Amino acid sequence: MTKTAFYNKPRFRSAVYQLAVLAVVVWLAIEFAINARVNLEAQNVRFGIGFLDDPAGFGISQALISYSEQDTYRRVFFVGLLNTLLVSVLGIVFATFLGFVIGLGRLSPNWLLARLAGGYVELLRNLPLLFQILFWYLAVLLAMPGPRQSIAIGLQPILRSIADGLALVESSGAAGAVAQWLRSLAEWAGSPSMFLNNRGMFVPRAVFADGSGLVAAAFVVAILAVVGLRRWARRRQDATGVRFPVLWTSLALLVGLPAIATLAVGSPVSFEAPELRGFNFVGGLRVIPEFTALLIALSTYTAAFIAEVVRAGILAVPKGQSEAAMALGLRRGTALRLIVIPQALRVMIPPMTNQYLNLTKNSTLAVAIGYPDLVAVFAGTTRIQTHQAIEIVAITMAVYLAISLATSFAMNLYNARTRFGER
Amino acid sequence: MSAAFVRQQLIDPKTPPLLSVGIPAWLREKLFSSIFNAVVTLLSVVVLVALIWPAVKFMLIDAVWQGTSRTDCLAETVGRPVGACWPFIAAKFGQFMYGFYPGDQVWRVNLTYAIGVALLVPLMIPRVPYKGVNALLFFGVFPFFAFFLLVGDVFSLPHVETRMWGGLLITLVISFVGVIGSLPIGIVLALGRRSSLPLVRWFCILFIEIWRGVPLITVLFFATYMLPFFLPENWAFDPLARVLLGVVLFAGAYMAEVVRGGLQAIPRGQYEAAMALGLGYWRMMTFVILPQALKLVIPSMVNSFIALFKDTTLVLVVAIFDLLGQLRAAFADPNWATPVTLLTGFAFAGLIYFAISFAISRYALYVERRLSTDLVR
Repeated sequence: MTKTAFYNKPRFRSAVYQLAVLAVVVWLAIEFAINARVNLEAQNVRFGIGFLDDPAGFGISQALISYSEQDTYRRVFFVGLLNTLLVSVLGIVFATFLGFVIGLGRLSPNWLLARLAGGYVELLRNLPLLFQILFWYLAVLLAMPGPRQSIAIGLQPILRSIADGLALVESSGAAGAVAQWLRSLAEWAGSPSMFLNNRGMFVPRAVFADGSGLVAAAFVVAILAVVGLRRWARRRQDATGVRFPVLWTSLALLVGLPAIATLAVGSPVSFEAPELRGFNFVGGLRVIPEFTALLIALSTYTAAFIAEVVRAGILAVPKGQSEAAMALGLRRGTALRLIVIPQALRVMIPPMTNQYLNLTKNSTLAVAIGYPDLVAVFAGTTRIQTHQAIEIVAITMAVYLAISLATSFAMNLYNARTRFGER
Repeated sequence: MSAAFVRQQLIDPKTPPLLSVGIPAWLREKLFSSIFNAVVTLLSVVVLVALIWPAVKFMLIDAVWQGTSRTDCLAETVGRPVGACWPFIAAKFGQFMYGFYPGDQVWRVNLTYAIGVALLVPLMIPRVPYKGVNALLFFGVFPFFAFFLLVGDVFSLPHVETRMWGGLLITLVISFVGVIGSLPIGIVLALGRRSSLPLVRWFCILFIEIWRGVPLITVLFFATYMLPFFLPENWAFDPLARVLLGVVLFAGAYMAEVVRGGLQAIPRGQYEAAMALGLGYWRMMTFVILPQALKLVIPSMVNSFIALFKDTTLVLVVAIFDLLGQLRAAFADPNWATPVTLLTGFAFAGLIYFAISFAISRYALYVERRLSTDLVR
């Protein structure tokens, strides 16, 4: 029996290959480190994250935590991060809702509706997201009229425009009477308190006086009561088959308890409406157009992808399931809600997670229109001011990496929990 | 005597029930099967008309087709509501297509396009023979040819700096380089991720997950602002080349996952058979596994190409002006400032982007159907 030469043995070879790879990686790392050191010295930049404590000296157009120009770069980082999270979370909520509506619409038995939803998906998916963001920002929101010609959003303008339309059709007779009635209804609805113009959207701001803590507490109690009620109702239905109108009681609790608390302490929460004074609005809350544009673009774009995920998930549920549900006498909507969607959800979770992550990552496109997200204020302005490119880009990448990994991890846990019990 | 009546002729066949065949039945079943359905149909019609009519009116009926300056596109001059201002596009067309590529050298770009198309089209039609030679020419020879033709400085072609490039040229260059570059990187990373050597596997996983976990913008920032620090001082790196490097690494990580999907779909028996024939690792991969695996994932590759094509727009953030960047620059031109300039520009760029990515996605579907060996349902 011939003896295998030692250099032909798998273990030896694998060790050599791995050592070679390790050597290349280590060599690259050392080379990079040396170059970085030389380059930094040449440019007179001190490596480290000490710059985070320096005052930033620039303003930010939207901050969820108090921020002024004297604050540090550390504060800038958190302001940017919170702005990123705000637009991502809201975008995820809207995109999921819209995506479900469009995905279900694509599966509708109504031919026209299915085509319409299909057209939406094709159009939005095949245009670059940055194109859509710029479109919403430049061509829609910045093209709004100035503050003095603001578009009012509310019941009154809607009713008035319907009335005007009816009056155009027929100024006397039945339509005229309806128009007249709509006008008086519009009077009764009161003037609107939301305005849209090229400086942004102006909405009422909640002002909290003493005692508003009680209202908040009542709201929390209501949520807890609803959770408890749902559990109890489920258990009772499992045991006795008697159903309980959970939805209506929950709504009553959620609205009623805070309302009672409000009355009890004498309306501590009031709303301050924006008011046109001179050439701009005062009071109220201003939602910057960059935020609105980014939110609309992210939600509608991601909704197109989520619609496809929803459609694929529902198609993955065997037809026999919905047929069995029909045979039991459930209506289409009920069958969808109780039988099909819960099973489809399991298929949908992994691709849905991907879409949520994509939305979060795509929110970095904010930098193109100047929405102050993490990339814009930290990897953008802060980097330009401090020249600490290595640290700042690395920190920014690490943040997104951490968000990605954390989301995947959480979704994997959820996925494991909702998996079918395998036999 | 019987009064029985015996019918001598057959009864004429009755016409089919009105509402079970033909257009009325189809309408009834698909659009008006219930009151709810009818309401949905009517609402859909309203939405459809409200979306399509203004678009058609803007782009065709109210559009201005001829003119030389902004005054030709103003409602006061034309004397009616004005739609799209197409003279604006005509005036900026060169900028949208080539950026600031010198006018007398534009033929080089066009020649590159022509050769690219001439190589790509036969590659995409399954019936055309010599796929191997064709692929080699397109993926192996064409990139070098295009590089020398576009950059110049050889064969008495004047040098054209990449900062003069722009518009659709940049969009196509980045997409093409992204695809060509990401393929080998993706294959190597995918093989590494499935390697039995733990160190190699871990490096590949780390590399793939890092690039896939961060947004492309941060990758572009990395390539533009951070990478120069890590390279020797005397390496003067072209800005476009830096961006291309970032895009290739980013796309390579995504491509690795696509290829890995193909590798996992190959039955174990194929590996074992190859090993039984005495093939080593590289021969097994080159001749047995990869040809099958790559063929399996062609549709996913095309899909990631669409994603890459749309993502190229992001380079405007690092001051490289692709089609969208040129569009934005053109909006700032006071000679064409009219109320309809923005919408005209968006309509034009939207049509280009939509046409290209829609066409590629249809092609992906076609390939997918052709390659699928499932029974036709």
